[in-house]
Amino acid sequence: MGVNVPRQKILDMSVDWLQILDPEGNVDISLEPALDNEMLKKFYRTMVLTRLYDEKAVKLQRQGRMLTYGSCLGQEASQIGSAFAMKPDDWFFPAFREHGVQIARGIPMKNLYIYWMGSEDANMELPPQNFTVAIPVATQVLHAVGAAWAAKLRKKNIASVVYFGDGATSEGDFHEGMNFAGVFKTPTVFICQNNQYAISLPREKQTASRTLAQKALAYGFEGIQVDGNDALAVYSATKAALDKAKSGGGPTMIECFTYRLAAHTTSDDPTKYRKKDEEEEWWKKDPIKRFRIYLEKKGLWNQDHEEKLQKEATAQIEKAVEEAEAYNPDFSNMFKYVYAQITPGLKEQMDELSGIIAKRKGS
Amino acid sequence: MAKLNMVQAINLALHEEMKRDPAVLVMGEDVGMDGGVFRVTEGLLDKFGSDRVIDTPLAESGIVGSAIGMAVSGLKPVAEIQFEGFSYMIIDQLAAHASRIRYRSRGMYHCPMVIRAPYGGGVRALEHHSEAVATFFIHIPGLKVVIPSSPYDAKGLLLSAIRDPDPVIFFEPKKLYRAFREEVPDGDYTVPLGAGKILTQGEDVTVISWGAMVNVCQEALEKVKEISVELIDLRTLSPLDDKIIIDSVKKTGRCVVVHEEPRTLGLGAEIIARINEKAFLYLEAPVKRVTGYDVPVPLPKLEDYYLPGAEKVADAIKETAGF
Repeated sequence: MGVNVPRQKILDMSVDWLQILDPEGNVDISLEPALDNEMLKKFYRTMVLTRLYDEKAVKLQRQGRMLTYGSCLGQEASQIGSAFAMKPDDWFFPAFREHGVQIARGIPMKNLYIYWMGSEDANMELPPQNFTVAIPVATQVLHAVGAAWAAKLRKKNIASVVYFGDGATSEGDFHEGMNFAGVFKTPTVFICQNNQYAISLPREKQTASRTLAQKALAYGFEGIQVDGNDALAVYSATKAALDKAKSGGGPTMIECFTYRLAAHTTSDDPTKYRKKDEEEEWWKKDPIKRFRIYLEKKGLWNQDHEEKLQKEATAQIEKAVEEAEAYNPDFSNMFKYVYAQITPGLKEQMDELSGIIAKRKGS
Repeated sequence: MAKLNMVQAINLALHEEMKRDPAVLVMGEDVGMDGGVFRVTEGLLDKFGSDRVIDTPLAESGIVGSAIGMAVSGLKPVAEIQFEGFSYMIIDQLAAHASRIRYRSRGMYHCPMVIRAPYGGGVRALEHHSEAVATFFIHIPGLKVVIPSSPYDAKGLLLSAIRDPDPVIFFEPKKLYRAFREEVPDGDYTVPLGAGKILTQGEDVTVISWGAMVNVCQEALEKVKEISVELIDLRTLSPLDDKIIIDSVKKTGRCVVVHEEPRTLGLGAEIIARINEKAFLYLEAPVKRVTGYDVPVPLPKLEDYYLPGAEKVADAIKETAGF
């Protein structure tokens, strides 16, 4: 340090790592959460459904039938594990890649496709306590803190869970949200899916911190790093954080250490910034494969189950796509939802457009 | 001389200016290794290295705020904001600081920086990726606002912007990034800031536009060949080229302003006010506006209803000519 003055350590902090199910499907029995067999199968089914939903979305985009889409391939355990730790009345604030959480929380796939095909109308049927996606990075962090704060002020025994990525931890909104949560001890669970890349920027260039979880320590609350490809670890950490939040223990940040196996979005070309071998290494840690082995070892899953699941999920997805593609929004919706009551100025603009449309139909 | 699209023209301008002036550097999200999400900064990292082509952490306010510090210290940062919809959070740094450092310090410090950002609709994009946001920035005194509509102008205007002693925000119409090519000279040339351009001379109606809408107006002109239209591309939205507007309106007596930004308080409103102040007695018809509606830009299923199209512009020209 250069300055030779006597010093004493005044703070000693650490970050824990949690893994329960390893990449080979071996479970640490001492840490295994108490989930019944039906629930375990539901975890697996939802992860597989998410992956198939996601694959279909990418295909549709390639065919020009969907907008730019951010795949969640490889992040299924981070999403499903945390989603199933939540109660329906806990608040869920997504970024834009949380398709798995949305599916687990019961948002119809038809509506997810309608949104990514280009219509806000998809959100008309959002189940309560599920917020709209946030495309700007990290802005939703503050909203989740506010929602949790409201729950605390109104003495409701719920928490809010917010999702964001490694890149978001560089944004001011993230830090402001974390600080508010710490100061006001809000019942918020911050789920950072560290998928190692913010578009092209690797995690080590995003921050000089050794972990992302340690950022919570600076704001006065616990941060933990979990194996984000291990649905059991993500579930257990989220469950513990939610229980703590609801019993007045304040916020927790969970860094799910995972990997984006796909491109950032369908507009992105990852060969520009990372090597194929790196992706292959992470395929060995596939969250779905290890969960299947775990179920098989328990005698809960076999090839017949798998075939049946693939068939049912595919049929469900095809039906959702068909319904989504049949949906056509009415132009008036772009005017009707700007304010609670349409203003005279907007009414005039809506009538103007209506006249133009009628004229074009007539000619 | 090569035929280039707008992406290539801007890329060429950056290459040439970084070579010419060692104070110029490029910074932003994914501008280095990735070459920019639209490939505008491709090849710069290899040529100029990571001290001058900087992949920053994901933080828009961080990018612009630190660019201000660099600019007052003698560098000339060209900072990229990846999409216009992420530019709301830089308004604080621009409005509270970049734009008034010269004013506040009475010339002791100044802030020669450029913010580049793609903007605008018609590309079937996600929320916050189709917005025309120039109005917010036009309202900041001390900040210049530039929008090119062609590859040639994009290069020349960007070189002027980088060399300008004051902060400039440079919006690039992403709809036109690869829409067409034209001759773009290698080597140094500039297009002056604050000067519009008459694209088509005419006698009957003045049509004023900028950015991606210039292309729409040109399409509209094909539909109203019987009317002699003078088409003006403003190119710089702040400071505004009053003279080109007023001279043309005095000649034609009729005017249509076309912009993608929402109607209320869009630059069209200011243009009409200036025409009222300086050419009212020459008017033969009310000045018409064709603009975006006063709503958030809808997702693509309704986007075509939002964006002014050639047919709508042609109708406005006909109505104004026949008034």
